Amino acid sequence: MAGTANVIEVEELRRTYAGGFEAVSGISFTVARGELFALLGTNGAGKTSTVELLEGLAPPSGGRVRVLGHDPYTERGAVRPRTGVMLQEGGFPAELTVTETVRMWAGCTSGARPVAEALELVDLARRSQVRVKQLSGGEKRRLDLALALLARPEVLFLDEPTTGLDAEGRRETWELVRALRDGGTTVLLTTHYLEEAEALAERLAILHEGRIAASGRVDEVVAAQPSHLSFDLPDGYHLGDLPPLDRLGVTSHETAGRTVRLKTKKLQLAATELLLWARDSGVELRGLDVRSASLEEAFLKIAQDRRGPDAETEAVR
Amino acid sequence: MSTTLDAARSPVLEPARTPKTAADRMTALARAELTLLGRNKSTLFTVLLLPAMLTVSMYGTVNSVDLGKQGLNAGTVLLPGSLGFALLFALYSPLVGIYVVRREELVLKRLRTGELHDWEILAGAALPALLIAVAQSALLVVGCSAWLHVPLPRAWWLAVVGLLLGLAVTGALAAATAALTRTAEAAQIAVMPLMLVSTAGSGLIVPTDLLPDKVAMVCDLLPLTPVIQLIRSGWTGGAGAGDVLRELLVVVVWTLIAVLVVRGRFRWEPRR
Repeated sequence: MAGTANVIEVEELRRTYAGGFEAVSGISFTVARGELFALLGTNGAGKTSTVELLEGLAPPSGGRVRVLGHDPYTERGAVRPRTGVMLQEGGFPAELTVTETVRMWAGCTSGARPVAEALELVDLARRSQVRVKQLSGGEKRRLDLALALLARPEVLFLDEPTTGLDAEGRRETWELVRALRDGGTTVLLTTHYLEEAEALAERLAILHEGRIAASGRVDEVVAAQPSHLSFDLPDGYHLGDLPPLDRLGVTSHETAGRTVRLKTKKLQLAATELLLWARDSGVELRGLDVRSASLEEAFLKIAQDRRGPDAETEAVR
Repeated sequence: MSTTLDAARSPVLEPARTPKTAADRMTALARAELTLLGRNKSTLFTVLLLPAMLTVSMYGTVNSVDLGKQGLNAGTVLLPGSLGFALLFALYSPLVGIYVVRREELVLKRLRTGELHDWEILAGAALPALLIAVAQSALLVVGCSAWLHVPLPRAWWLAVVGLLLGLAVTGALAAATAALTRTAEAAQIAVMPLMLVSTAGSGLIVPTDLLPDKVAMVCDLLPLTPVIQLIRSGWTGGAGAGDVLRELLVVVVWTLIAVLVVRGRFRWEPRR
């Protein structure tokens, strides 16, 4: 695999748990060197199950994983010194202080930064003598991040790095993650925060029930989603009175009472034609809502497929 | 924050990375475990004081048994017995707790994401308890020798081999017990079978030689019985090659069984 630009390669990856539950059902993606890739998904979508396979914590039930050209499970020695991992939940002895925790981890890590520098990096220097059990949730996340960054890893796995952080902590973590990417670190992060994926990721995959529901650059994923146009049908008019829907690029429509909801891949054309029709007919389109596709739409649509049609409006609100 | 972000931006490819060896990693882990042990007062009590206290409290019981027929005396019974208590209370019981609690805290899972190999995690976490058990054994030997006027061992190498095998089988059994135990609460119960059976049947208090033949045959197959017998032979010098070989075989088989259980059943994170 020498010379390949892909730092992470995943092919038809599967993970089945002892009880027979298949958490990951044949997913494939690649992450190039220096890229920031996000696995986005609702809780239970299979994000952590996937990342654990990339981290080499368990062997896949099927398919193939390569990190830096090696199997992270069977060739642990070749991969681990070059990767940093932040698990979804800490995993520190409660009675050690912050410094003692970092020192222990540094003793296990080739090329570790000095303890003080690692704590500076995540703004925990002031808390260095505090026992882990006394840290807030956000401070524990930052301690975890400090350990993941200890060896200046080439590849960084961040499993929900900002869950439990307040707005400022989240912003600071984003800044840090961007700085790491600028330094050439390849980052794979999981998140269920849409804005996090949008703010950080160059490419992403939306996981849903163990499969990749959509993937690519953020704009590509968005472009694959239809835009929406909705309005109240003027009194005395029927659907058939509108311009022919297929000419507006409408892929589907639904009505609820007088409200018409159109999905289209050609939003500008559809909106123009519709407004011209309204002007020529001399009617007002009440409740007009023209919305271009967004990552949120894409994400909600995927989440909605599982939770049923009512969930979308609830989630938007 | 800007200076710290500069540290984050520094290039990731460092040509001269000092690699950490298995010894480095286990030392770091052992140091952390030793710190944690120092902060756990109840475990500290069990580990440091209980073996000596139990040994002293058994003096009356041992003295009431007629040991002369077997060529034994209170010293040659209590001294090996005290090392058995050290193995159980300073090594076995605390180590099961350490493994189970670290698993519940997700520490084992976290450690597995790093450069440590699985066996290094188990060995590194066991290191402080192993060293304490060794130091304590030395103190108990000196203490018992002075208190009960035990002469110098006639075949000291048998005692050393016995103790080393005892450390190995007890450590392995602790990991195996942790493999079969889900929670810290359950661990307090899970250690009981081996502790009770060993105390009663492995010659810690009453040498198996004094038991009825059929009972003795079964007791000789327990994991700590050969350990105690080897240590006792160090002082009495009374061990034939056949006996020693059988004792070695029993300990090695128990160690292998424990290792197989660990390999097959040890879980690195709690069940959800």
